[in-house]
Amino acid sequence: MSAALDTTTEARAHRAVSLETIGMTKRFGSLTALEDVSIKVEAGTVHALLGENGAGKSTLVKCIMGFYQPTSGTVLVDDHEVGIRNPRDAHAHGIGMVYQHFTLVPSLTAAENLVISRAHPPAVIDWRKEMRGLDEFLSRMPFKVPLDVPVSSLSAGEKQKLEILKQLYLDQHFLILDEPTSVLTPGEADEVLGLLRGMTRTGDLTILMITHKFREVTEYTDAFTVLRRGKMAGAGKVGAVSVDEMSKMMIGDATIREGAARTPMHDQPVVFEVAGLFADGDEGLPAVEAVNLKVHAGEIVGVAGVSGNGQSELVEVLSGQRDASDGRLFIHNKPFVPNRDHMDRYKVFGLQEEPLRNAAVPRMTVGENISFRIFDKPPITTLGWWLSPGPMRARARELIASYRVKTPSTEELMENLSGGNVQRAVLARELSSQVDVLIVANPCFGLDFASVAEIRAQIMEQRNRGAAVLLFSEDLDEILELADTIAVMSGGRIDYVVPAAEADRTSIGRAMAGH
Amino acid sequence: MTATSPTDVPAPDLATEGSEWLTRIARSAEAVVIPLIAMVSAAVLFSIFLLFLGKSPVEFFNLLWVGGYGSAFSWTNTLVRAGPLIFTALCVAIPARLGIVVIGGEGALVLGGFTAAAIAIPFLGWGAPWLIQAVMFVTAAAVGAAWIGFVGVLRHYRGVNETIASLLLFYIAVAIMNFFVEGALRDPGNPNKPSTPAIGDANMVGDIPGTDIHWGLVFAIVLAIAVWVLMNRTRFGFAARITGGNVRAARAQGLPVGRLVVVSCAIAGACAGLAGFFEVAAIQGRANASLAAGYGFTGILVAFLARQNPLAIIPVAIFLGGIAAAGGLVQRRMGMPDATVQVLQGLMFVVLLVSETLYGRLPFFRGKR
Repeated sequence: MSAALDTTTEARAHRAVSLETIGMTKRFGSLTALEDVSIKVEAGTVHALLGENGAGKSTLVKCIMGFYQPTSGTVLVDDHEVGIRNPRDAHAHGIGMVYQHFTLVPSLTAAENLVISRAHPPAVIDWRKEMRGLDEFLSRMPFKVPLDVPVSSLSAGEKQKLEILKQLYLDQHFLILDEPTSVLTPGEADEVLGLLRGMTRTGDLTILMITHKFREVTEYTDAFTVLRRGKMAGAGKVGAVSVDEMSKMMIGDATIREGAARTPMHDQPVVFEVAGLFADGDEGLPAVEAVNLKVHAGEIVGVAGVSGNGQSELVEVLSGQRDASDGRLFIHNKPFVPNRDHMDRYKVFGLQEEPLRNAAVPRMTVGENISFRIFDKPPITTLGWWLSPGPMRARARELIASYRVKTPSTEELMENLSGGNVQRAVLARELSSQVDVLIVANPCFGLDFASVAEIRAQIMEQRNRGAAVLLFSEDLDEILELADTIAVMSGGRIDYVVPAAEADRTSIGRAMAGH
Repeated sequence: MTATSPTDVPAPDLATEGSEWLTRIARSAEAVVIPLIAMVSAAVLFSIFLLFLGKSPVEFFNLLWVGGYGSAFSWTNTLVRAGPLIFTALCVAIPARLGIVVIGGEGALVLGGFTAAAIAIPFLGWGAPWLIQAVMFVTAAAVGAAWIGFVGVLRHYRGVNETIASLLLFYIAVAIMNFFVEGALRDPGNPNKPSTPAIGDANMVGDIPGTDIHWGLVFAIVLAIAVWVLMNRTRFGFAARITGGNVRAARAQGLPVGRLVVVSCAIAGACAGLAGFFEVAAIQGRANASLAAGYGFTGILVAFLARQNPLAIIPVAIFLGGIAAAGGLVQRRMGMPDATVQVLQGLMFVVLLVSETLYGRLPFFRGKR
């Protein structure tokens, strides 16, 4: 209305804010999740927040956003102390957050999503006026998203851009991004991060980004802070500190198991073969289409791809959790059906993502869970039927000790173990005997560095012993580290297979995007 | 803070046999204490209900005690009711281990009892009692197994909700029995109440010597123990528990989930069918509408109160058998409707379901980590 109001809005629209926390501490009962953490994010910069899972990164940002009340400590915005009691207060101070997973309404258009996200949308929406406003808003933004198609038909990259646009539309000038590239192809990630960095350069925006990809840190951020076990482990300017030093800050003095060396293999026979496999997803739509794969003995075939391109359905078919609608599986040229008899005969084992959901029974004991592969065989089962808990516990105690599963006893319920120990118990069960075929899916998701290194070394060891390994992972670095052959899954198909030695990020990225 | 050196990582938390026992005992204690808390709470709520009606809770619980456990006579009444409750509770507890909620055991009881009575007809007059009883026994078990097994088939192969399916099949079971009892198999010598012909006193299952309690109770207790062994000491039971705990994990282990579901449901149905057999062969002597006396539904409460543990079902069935046995006494002495004890049972069930949320939350049982 008045000219004065317009100029203040104008002034605010070009003002990135700085943010500082002083002595942030958060205790949950006896657990100290965050202890005396002080970080400083300069206005107009991209700041990386690094740390392992459970280091306190999300606790810190949740305290900043007002989801949690810190036990002690304060937040300064532009050097002024602000009280943030809830996310609405945070928004009022221009602080917005983009989550790892999408929070848009899929059936609404981008324009509708933006308008309803406002704190106080009008009761009757004048769409003509709103569209004019949105067009004007988008013309100031570095990236564009089609406004009038349902969000469900946008690509993952477009959705992520829209999430960020939403925060900017709500006039937030301090953005917290929680692993923003985990759902993007490498190409999309580069584009989004590049554009955001551009906006900080022009002083429109300040960004605090949670990430664990060092490549993104070195290429797109100005400064970083590392958390370890709830405490500040280090901070500095990107470029002044090497990646090695950063990772040392994250890991601390824990020893990381050396990656197992890759034994050279030549002219090994094909062990596991997937031939013309089709499968439907939960909604009855085709999710896996005409997939062909061959895995040789002593070979790791890594299947890369953006989450949701049919990998989980394919893994489910291979491990017997989902019926194929067409196609065959072969092991040593003999037909393979994923039932118990064939799994035992051909020595097929699996490490699936989210082990509590896919590989373990939370309400059974650790000892029972470790015995799933052997409970129906001697010495646990005798006379064909009779099951003796004694030998079962004895074997479980051995495995718990040799795989260093941290549990009070074999009788503890599986659900009471930490994520890393659940995965270790499953590892003990699946890898403690002769393995000919190993099917692995996102084995390191959500685990700390030491467990990740341990698990990757175990997978490599199985390969070196001659197992045919099929590794599905959404973490391209994991595939590049482990695989002998790289396949890319996109839209339910695998059309791109290269030897790892000839692979490069760009062409893998293009294949992931379906080109 | 001192840095932890990598060498001292594995030492502290190694599993020992002693701590295994402690963990198991703590867990069993929890499974006893929480249902007890639930029962006491239900009793308190029911007392409030009685006070609203202007009745004395003290008198009620005293009558409950006298009518259920106060004399040899009331113990007989209680134990005669406990037998079928054990059978029908097993019909709930076995599928529950696979995560399947079957509430239609009454249907298997009715059909099992009816077919047992029907198959006996051609043998009457010439067959030896042991032969007639054996044929009736096998028939009742087989028909019950087929009935609830069918629920398992529907559930696994067609995705039909087993709870609804088993409940609706109960009505069908009653309709099938009525169709024959009021038609082709009706005993012309019994004009008042449509029934199948009586199997005759000589062919009835007798009482345990020195008591008025028929052999069904003994058989039910043996069966409960056998089911416990099946579920906890055989590979079938272990596979069933994996399936019930996490069906995705069971499939990934290559276990035949469909077969486990159907076989477990069939065993469950056989248990309920046997309840029908004993009702016909030891009590009624014929099949008629009184077969649907509600044992199948009270059995659901027994199984839940016993936390689906076959051994715990035995005392719980005696407990609820006592409450049912005292119903008549309460009705006569306090001038309250027969349905009063059903109100109590309903309250117990609701409180019990609410108490499920307590597991793992009582600090006393958490122990130290």
